[in-house]
Amino acid sequence: MARLTRKPLWRGAVGLLAGLYFLVPVAASVIFTVDVPGQGFTLDAYSGIVSADGFTDSLLLTLELAAATIVLVMVLLVPALVAVRLGAPRLRPVLEIICSLPLVVPSVALVSGYSSVLRWGPEHLSRTPLFQTFTAVQDKRFPFVLVLAYTVMALPLAYRALDSGLRAVDVRVLVEAARSCGASAPRAVLQVVLPNLRGALLNASFLTLALVLGEYTVGALLGYQPFAVWIVNTGGNQAQLSVAVSVLSLVVTWMLLLVFAALGRPRDRSRSLSRSRRAGRDAAAPAPIAQEVA
Amino acid sequence: MTAATASTKATTSAPDPADSSTATTVEFRALSKSFGATVALDGLDLTARPGELLALLGPSGCGKTTALRMLAGFERPDSGQVLVDGQDISGVPAHRRDAGMVFQSYSLFPHLTAADNVAFGLKMRRTGAAERRKRAHELLELVGLPQHADRFPHQLSGGQQQRVALARALALRPKVLLLDEPLSALDAKVRVTLREEIRRLQQELRITTVFVTHDQEEALSTADRVAVMRDGRLEQVAAPAELYDTPATAFVAEFVGTMNRLPGVMADGDVEVLGQRLPVRGAAPAQGPVDVLVRPEALEATADGEGRSRVLTAAFHGSVTRLTLSLPDGATVKADVPSHRAATLPAGATVTVTLPQRPVLVDGPTA
Ligand SMILES: Nc1ncnc2c1ncn2[C@@H]1O[C@H](COP(=O)(O)OP(=O)(O)O)[C@@H](O)[C@H]1O
Ligand SMILES: [Mg+2]
Repeated sequence: MARLTRKPLWRGAVGLLAGLYFLVPVAASVIFTVDVPGQGFTLDAYSGIVSADGFTDSLLLTLELAAATIVLVMVLLVPALVAVRLGAPRLRPVLEIICSLPLVVPSVALVSGYSSVLRWGPEHLSRTPLFQTFTAVQDKRFPFVLVLAYTVMALPLAYRALDSGLRAVDVRVLVEAARSCGASAPRAVLQVVLPNLRGALLNASFLTLALVLGEYTVGALLGYQPFAVWIVNTGGNQAQLSVAVSVLSLVVTWMLLLVFAALGRPRDRSRSLSRSRRAGRDAAAPAPIAQEVA
Repeated sequence: MTAATASTKATTSAPDPADSSTATTVEFRALSKSFGATVALDGLDLTARPGELLALLGPSGCGKTTALRMLAGFERPDSGQVLVDGQDISGVPAHRRDAGMVFQSYSLFPHLTAADNVAFGLKMRRTGAAERRKRAHELLELVGLPQHADRFPHQLSGGQQQRVALARALALRPKVLLLDEPLSALDAKVRVTLREEIRRLQQELRITTVFVTHDQEEALSTADRVAVMRDGRLEQVAAPAELYDTPATAFVAEFVGTMNRLPGVMADGDVEVLGQRLPVRGAAPAQGPVDVLVRPEALEATADGEGRSRVLTAAFHGSVTRLTLSLPDGATVKADVPSHRAATLPAGATVTVTLPQRPVLVDGPTA
């Protein structure tokens, strides 16, 4: 009896602690933004956001950059991961290492590399068509150079999300089965592999989005004003406004997370139902050796 | 070369398919394939006749799957050819080969229902939706799962999944059906029912079928002919009864069914064994000691107080009882006797063991 009651108690306590750890700062932030000393409750900080200089521009810019980054990451990673599984399983660790490298390169180092290239390029390439490219990627309205940097930074996250999705299916057998049903190889990948990666694609997209929304270093050091940079710049002079923006961006991120989760749910739920069964079967069938990498 | 002679020899005993005029012939001609240092196929010559179920039987790693994958178009031969109705199909990509395949591991598309899985190939061929639905239900009926059309693969048992996979493989009315150990992941009981069903379907459709298995019982009970492979080559191809009764080599003899090795001595082309002198079938050394290969049911054990052999154990197997006997020279062999006679042969009894006067297979140093 004692055991039965003690366990949920522990769980409750841990849950409460964790909840407090997350909720107290959020609640404090919310209170700070709505309770102005001397004025009482007011939503001025939030209404101020919309009218604040640069809010819409920087938020839209960041969302556009995020969309471009997601597209680029997927276009690079999905074909590479599928091709390696189909054609050269031995290259898998190589791909994994390449995709994990950005984890060990601090973004400050990355950005100083970028800026020296950006400075070096125009000097040496001024007579070539590449010069235009250098100008184009630095366009203030849509600094594509940030997309390139974010793509590199998102690789480790997206790689892991996609890899775990690919692990759940036997890509090779599925493609071969589709081909024996009359589908060409590209069609087999599009119609059979991709639909089974829906959850993984959504996960990878969400992680990339979250990364871009919160990225400060690269944007600031290269002199652009994406959302995170704008928050810091604005917060310098208006404390309440910048906290309100942080709260808002937290809410926006959560909402996006919920949207992604809802999109991915039908498949994920059916997956989890089948997981235990499938695990049992995999033991019987000769499965490819799963290399778990920490 | 021995493989080729074995295959021509076997022609006599296989039943002629009813509809051989429209069914397809498949021929592997001198197929070779290496993966790095591993030789998977080493000059395989084999023909599947129109409408027959040909089993590819052999120990794990002997190249069965590789041969099948070459026919499906998933693997390229280093040398040799695969001919379908006399046409070399080397240049034809897998998706145009008209070969339906069932894989060893579960291969249904997880995001599609059973019916959509079956209809997948029809969709690739741009068949209309109504026609697809109709055909998918026909096929699911054929494999006994009409009520599971809307289930997803993870809602089906292993056996059901393989049935759906079979229906999917048949959906495009392929010329050949390829089965790569489709039953090996299933439990014993399902395995037996499903293999009977595969056989029934195959006979109904009269589709040329290549069935890969490492289970000799499965091969013998299902196939029109069985091709035994060893180290990437064909050892023998013959109808099941012929393979069992007159195996061409010691390898086949021991891979198919149970086989005893009795010590014998060659003498003038005959072999002396258990005090008898028997003619020899197949290759044999001219002189010296050899092993004589005899099936348990061919050994005759009779109770005899003066007998020089002894019953060690007797195990009841229904209609027959399997005796383990110790021979005068110490060798241990198995003999099957009808169970109604087994009462006279309890453990410890002394017996006389004799062989029928028929040619026997021997295995010796130069054989
Ligand atoms: N893709 C491959 N890469 C390397 N070795 C392979 C490959 N496919 C098969 N082999 C090797 O070729 C041999 C024959 O394999 P396989 O045809 O699968 O045999 P079976 O199906 O009879 O068990 C085995 O030794 C196997 O390890
Ligand atoms: Mg195999």
